[in-house]
Amino acid sequence: MDLRFTAEEEAFRVEARQWLATSLSGEFAALLGRGGPGDEHEVFEPRLAWERKMGRDGWTCLSWSREHGGRGASLAEQVIFLEEYVRARAPGRVGHIGEGLIGPTIALFGTDAQKKRFLPPIVRGDEMWCQGYSEPNAGSDLANVQTRAVRDRGDWVITGQKIWTSHAQWSDWCFVLCRTDASAPKHKGLSYLLVPMRQPGIEVRPIRQLTGTSEFNEVFFDGARTPADHVVGEVNGGWAVAMATLAFERGASTLGQQLSFENELREVLDAARENGSLRDPAMRQRLAQAWIELKIMRLHALRTLSLAQTGQLAREAMISKLYWSTWHRALGELAMDVLGADGAVARGAHERLQRLFLFSRADTIYAGSSEIQRNLIGERALGLPR
Amino acid sequence: MNFAFTPEQAELKRGARRFLASCCASAQVRAAMESAGGHDDAAWKSACELGWSALVIPETYGGAGLGWVELVAIAEETGRSLACLPLFSTVCLAASALLDAGDDAQRTEHLPRIASGEVQAALAFAEETTVDPVAIATLARDDAEGYVLSGTKRYVVDGATADLLVVTARAPATSGDDGVALFVVDARAPGVVREPVPTLDPTRRLCTVELRGVQVGRGSRMGDARALRRILDRAAVALAAEALGGAERCLEMATDYAKTRVQFDRPIGSFQAIKHRLADMLVSVETARSAVTWAACVAASDDVDELPTAAAVAKSYATEAFFRCAAECVQIHGGIGFTWEHDAHLYLKRARASLSLLGSPARDRERIAHMVEAV
Repeated sequence: MDLRFTAEEEAFRVEARQWLATSLSGEFAALLGRGGPGDEHEVFEPRLAWERKMGRDGWTCLSWSREHGGRGASLAEQVIFLEEYVRARAPGRVGHIGEGLIGPTIALFGTDAQKKRFLPPIVRGDEMWCQGYSEPNAGSDLANVQTRAVRDRGDWVITGQKIWTSHAQWSDWCFVLCRTDASAPKHKGLSYLLVPMRQPGIEVRPIRQLTGTSEFNEVFFDGARTPADHVVGEVNGGWAVAMATLAFERGASTLGQQLSFENELREVLDAARENGSLRDPAMRQRLAQAWIELKIMRLHALRTLSLAQTGQLAREAMISKLYWSTWHRALGELAMDVLGADGAVARGAHERLQRLFLFSRADTIYAGSSEIQRNLIGERALGLPR
Repeated sequence: MNFAFTPEQAELKRGARRFLASCCASAQVRAAMESAGGHDDAAWKSACELGWSALVIPETYGGAGLGWVELVAIAEETGRSLACLPLFSTVCLAASALLDAGDDAQRTEHLPRIASGEVQAALAFAEETTVDPVAIATLARDDAEGYVLSGTKRYVVDGATADLLVVTARAPATSGDDGVALFVVDARAPGVVREPVPTLDPTRRLCTVELRGVQVGRGSRMGDARALRRILDRAAVALAAEALGGAERCLEMATDYAKTRVQFDRPIGSFQAIKHRLADMLVSVETARSAVTWAACVAASDDVDELPTAAAVAKSYATEAFFRCAAECVQIHGGIGFTWEHDAHLYLKRARASLSLLGSPARDRERIAHMVEAV
């Protein structure tokens, strides 16, 4: 057990810090602090330019192997980069779905041709991705997916509706969970297809959320096409692939997001300092508890990652989504309690904290609701009967 | 960066679990908790032969020369089994105090006998209802021979059975951190009056120690308030580890019961009302483990700046997690969990006692708030 960074790792930190300081100037200076949770729909084009700048300079996909265009960065280096990224208040990434979800999935299940075709544009920031999982009748019961894909000559032809698709309006590609065998039991007739978004058979409609903004979309597929070889894993074997992607989504890929929570907690603390609630004993207890739980969130992510290196990934990882989403939602509530009556005034000085409060209501729903997480933890980690 | 035990540490922990399963199982714990001294003396003798009393004591003083990561691993196992052993009092508190605050002569005099198991020791740090060093009222008056100690120390873990006491006191006419020091006292010295107190937690004995003008030599004084805080912070990490072990055991008992107890023709663990409680318990246990692992590394290092934070985080979080898990364990067991025969109540009582043994979680949070405020 040794939680310290080595001299080489500290040198890597200096390199990352210098690159961020130099790069987040000029045209990119306006992006500082933008595009975080609840702000993901803002300033997309400049953030895309930033993503490409990162790609050109070799700072995307750090954890990927060199063979896949990554840096083969160690756990410690990934952590260091994320720490520096958050400290620099660099903008929310637009390439996170490619880098964090579909890239690792293709690396794990994809053919050589798929890796060659799809991984390099993710590294460069040239192609954006979105996730086609949920449907109006397939939320928690994801295996109830009804969107159909049928073969037509050399293509799959896709018909159906996906929902809660973030980034769909900007994406070049979507990974779509489709029913390819309607006669098979529900988990066994699904395939995992890679579908180009810019074609006539696809329509994207924004969803107006309780935040008033629209990070999420509905995506309608009406005879959309993709080549037959753009299936990841086996035809009708898409469930296992979809679960692997979900494991990436619920697991350690959220470390960067968790680090960005530190900036949010700091904003809440600053507000508490300004309006005097930091002197209130009851509020001090809650703020300290939020600080403690965030510290533990980070330690837990590091422990999970460090165990994953030794191939023992297990129940430690399964709890992280439930823990961080519960924490983040509670932080939104705490922020509003800190603001007091000021929190009732919309679009005031505290708009960011109001947005945190509202947007964090989604955290315990997407990527598997807390109730689904508890079922999974109970059944998979503790072995309880269904 | 690596959060995993080395193979040697992992084997030490596995060995501790095997040992405790063989000699500190439920029946033996119950026998020990009802015995006069409250300890399983035979088990402690065997534990000393395994080197537990010598664990963090350097080889120069007859110890094993291991660190707090190893001690915390053992503490997790004793917390898991509720073993009635003087490990926490003798090693995590008293030996630790001598190591941190003692000079070479003091260490040479006392540590080898603690390491060998010949001497059991206790740290008397609390008075009235607080553990804060600034509240110490016990006086250490200078005289020709050395010091005369007068005052009442309370909630002394294993104080009644200890051979050696380390006592906190202050010089006359001082306040706050000024004048605070630790004194090594023979537990059987004239003027030391020990009164065992009945405890909510039958597996951990407490004692009131009255010091009625106890004469100690000049060489018995050591440390200051800062040293005392470090000592209590390291002990807090060990207490957090014990709590983690207890919490995990409660989760296991409740999970096993939920898998086998059938009502409405189904194992009750298939009901989401039960399943979700158990899932929340696992969240508590695993996150507490992350906190304790980090805190153990901090306690093992020389990083005394991070120690107060690590201790406050790990202790408040792990002891509260333990209480939640122990309370849920009773609830999930239903009626059987309310009986004396079932072990659930022993964990509930240990968990409740652990919440206040070294200061409350609320006090830990106030320490964190103070630190956060200053940033």
